[in-house]
Amino acid sequence: MPNFQARVLVSLRPSVLDPAGEAARSAASRLGVDGIGKLRIGKSIELELEAPDETEARRRLELLSERLLSNPVIEDWSLDLKQVSSNKIA
Amino acid sequence: MTIGVVVFPGSNCDRDVRWATEGCLGMKTRFLWHETTDLGGLDSIVLPGGFSYGDYLRCGAIARFAPLMSSLIDFVKSGGKVLGICNGFQILTEIGLLPGALTRNQKLNFICRDVSLKVTSSRTNWLNGYNHGEHISLPIAHGEGRFQCSLNTLNQLKENDSIALQYTDGNPNGSIENIAGITNSEGNIFGLMPHPERACDSMTGGIDGKRILEALIGTN
Repeated sequence: MPNFQARVLVSLRPSVLDPAGEAARSAASRLGVDGIGKLRIGKSIELELEAPDETEARRRLELLSERLLSNPVIEDWSLDLKQVSSNKIA
Repeated sequence: MTIGVVVFPGSNCDRDVRWATEGCLGMKTRFLWHETTDLGGLDSIVLPGGFSYGDYLRCGAIARFAPLMSSLIDFVKSGGKVLGICNGFQILTEIGLLPGALTRNQKLNFICRDVSLKVTSSRTNWLNGYNHGEHISLPIAHGEGRFQCSLNTLNQLKENDSIALQYTDGNPNGSIENIAGITNSEGNIFGLMPHPERACDSMTGGIDGKRILEALIGTN
């Protein structure tokens, strides 16, 4: 069965205040890095899975992203998916 | 009349709740391990505070998939009363039994202190023991208690008279509309960030939390 590698990026919705991002942004200027207008902190989730084909892999990952990895009330997510040969997975 | 207190791995207010309901108020209480699905003989269920499953991913995100939770949904549908305190409130929003979400406190710090609150709804019997508009004091202890929801949801909450408790005298965590606790439209679920179980014995501070826990066995 084909193997897939995926990365799900979960980010706070634009309307939700990100206090941790704001704190990092002000730390950036204390570090001397100027000009940062926006800094938002999200999560990156890396997955490996086996599925019969890419459509099925995508279906499973979309379900997972929607139901578990993100909370649609406050977060958006995006999915990167690629097929890999089985011997490339450590 | 029996109250069930759910115990998830990482719950840490389960014993406090039982101490309050049984020890202070004399109400029969039993613990419910998160793997049980048998909720028979219970009048109400408390989801206590703590850090269920280490708060991994998001607060309450993993707990919503506990075996007990599918029985809890049936329990709620048949009119059973559920009180979610702190992490319990977070779990109720994650599973969608209450609207909105609890997010990181605006100033990032974990806040552990007494706060002033106003009772802003007398629609349900959860707060029947208080006068409408009464000011009370309860402790909070959380890092993720900033209630967030869409404008539509907020309007819905107002229309349904679902905003039950609001912070007064300052907003500790940045919650929208100073919201500290909400009820569902049916009125049988109440979620709040403050800890009523820590305010039931005058020996350890105030007793303003007593009347919320007494409502666990009141009729809806």
